[in-house]
Amino acid sequence: MKAIAKKCLKAGFVGLVLLLLYAPILLLAVYSFDKTNLIGQFRGFSFEHYINLFTDQNVLGMIGNTLLLAVVAACLSTLLGTAGALGMYYSKKRVKGTMTALNQIPVINAEIVTALALTVTFVAVRIERSWFTLIIGHMVICTPFVVLSVIPKLKQMDGSLYEAALDLGASPFKALLTVVLPQIVPGVISGFMLAITLSLDDYIVTMYTRPTGFETISTYVYNATTKGNAHTAVTLSSFWALTTIIFLIIVLFVVCSNLVGRKKKEEGK
Amino acid sequence: MKIPRFSRKTLCIPYGVFLVFFVLVPMLVILFYAFTDSAMHPSFENFIKFFSDLTKLSTIGYSLVIALVTTVVALLIAYPVAYILARSNIKKKYIVLMLFVLPMWINFVLRVNALRELFNLLAQADGLEMIASSNYFKTIFGMVYDFLPFMILPLYTTMMKIDRSLYEASADLGGSGFTTFTRVTLPLSMPGIMSGVTMVFLPSMTNYVVSDMLGNAKVTIIGKFIYDYFGNDWHMGSMIALVLLVVVFLSTWLTGGFKAEENVRGTNL
Repeated sequence: MKAIAKKCLKAGFVGLVLLLLYAPILLLAVYSFDKTNLIGQFRGFSFEHYINLFTDQNVLGMIGNTLLLAVVAACLSTLLGTAGALGMYYSKKRVKGTMTALNQIPVINAEIVTALALTVTFVAVRIERSWFTLIIGHMVICTPFVVLSVIPKLKQMDGSLYEAALDLGASPFKALLTVVLPQIVPGVISGFMLAITLSLDDYIVTMYTRPTGFETISTYVYNATTKGNAHTAVTLSSFWALTTIIFLIIVLFVVCSNLVGRKKKEEGK
Repeated sequence: MKIPRFSRKTLCIPYGVFLVFFVLVPMLVILFYAFTDSAMHPSFENFIKFFSDLTKLSTIGYSLVIALVTTVVALLIAYPVAYILARSNIKKKYIVLMLFVLPMWINFVLRVNALRELFNLLAQADGLEMIASSNYFKTIFGMVYDFLPFMILPLYTTMMKIDRSLYEASADLGGSGFTTFTRVTLPLSMPGIMSGVTMVFLPSMTNYVVSDMLGNAKVTIIGKFIYDYFGNDWHMGSMIALVLLVVVFLSTWLTGGFKAEENVRGTNL
C-alpha cells in the first residue's frame, strides 16, 4: 500500500512539473484557433491567425530571415568547427591548448558581452552592420559548440586506422575524407543541430549585429511585447499559430524518430 | 614556389584566424575601452567609479540574488525529477526525459511570450492577481521555466552513472533510505549539481530577455545594466562587462567547468 502511494506521489510530481512546462504552450495552442486575439474567453473557432501567418508578408519575411540565417550560420559553423576540431586534435600541445581556451570564451561568456565586444570591434574597424556582421555574430556563438561535439568523437576514434590508410597509399587528404570523417559524423551532426537551435533561439547577438530593418522572429516578438506598436496585436496572435505549428512539428518529429528507431531494432533482431 | 603539402594540422588555421579576429580581439577591445576615458587616454576612472558607486554595486548584488534564487528553485524542482527518472524502472524513460527537453526546441522568445500570455490570463483571475502581477515572481518563474532542462539533464546523466549496487550495499549495511540518500546519492551526484548550477546561474544573471518581457523591464539584471550603459557610455559599459566576465569565469572555474555534452537539448539522447 505504502509503495503504491509512493509511486503515485512520484508520478504526480513529475506530471505536475511537466504540466507547468506545457501549460503556456497549450494555452497558446488553444487560443490560436480563437476568432479574436484576446486570451481569456474563447469567442469562436476560426483559422484566422493561421491564414494571417501564411499571408502576411511581414510575418513570412521574418520567418524566412530566421530560417535562412540559422541554416547559413549553422552550415558555416559546422564546416569551420569540424575542420577546426580536426586541426586542433592533431596539432601540438601549445596550439591545441590555446585554441581550446579561446574556444571556451564564447561558451561561458554572457551573450550580451560577446555581442557588445563584437559590435564595438566592428565600429572600431568601420565595418557597417550587414549580413556579414550578423553571420559572423552567429558563427561566434555556434562554432565553439560544434568543436565541442566533434572533439569527443575524435578521442574515441582508433588512430591507427588513419595510419593504415596512409600505408595503403591514400593521400593524407583522402585518408581524412574517407577514413576519419565517417567516424566523426555523429558528432558533426549533433554539432550542426546544436548550432541550428542556438541560432534560431538567439535574440541578443542578432539585435546588435543585424543590418537595419532586418527582423527575425525573436527580435520582432521581443520588441513587440516590450515596446508595443499599433498593429502588434494582430501579428502577435499569428505568432501563437506559429508556436503551435512548431510544437506540432517537434512532437511529430520525435514520434517518427521513435517509430523508426523501434523498426530498426526489430529488423536487427 | 613550393606548394606546402597538405597536413592535418593546417585544418585548424581557418578557425584559429576566426578565433583571433572575432573572439580574442573583441575581448581586448573591451579591455581597452574599460581602462580608457572618452579621450581614449588610459585611465582608472571607470574602475574607481564603478567600485565606489553604491547604486551600481547594489544592482550587481541584486542581480546575483535573483540568479541565486532562480538556481535554488530550479535545483529543488530538477533534483527530484532527475532522481525519480534515474531510479525508476519504467521502460523507455528517455521518452519522459525527452518531454522535459521538447519545449526547448520552440524559439526562446516565443516560449517566454507564451508564459507572458499565461500570466496575463492569471492576472484576471481572482486571488491570483497579486502573484501574477509581481514582476519579481514572474521573472524568477520565467527563468526557472526556461532554464530547467539545463538543470535536469546534467543531474540525470550523473545519476544514471551511479552504480545501482551501491544502493543495495548501503541498505545491506543497515543504512536507512535517508542515510543512503545523504551518504551515497547526494555526494555522487555532486558533479551533476555543479554543472547544472553553472548552466542556470550564469544565464539568470545575464539573459535580460526574460526579465524584460515578464518583469516589464522593472527588474534590472547585470545583462540589462550593461545594455543600458552601452547606450551612452561605452567605457563604463565595457568596465561592467569586464566585471561580469570576471564573475562568470570565476564561477565557472569554481564549479569545475562547463561540459558541452550536457548542454545539448537532447540532441545526444
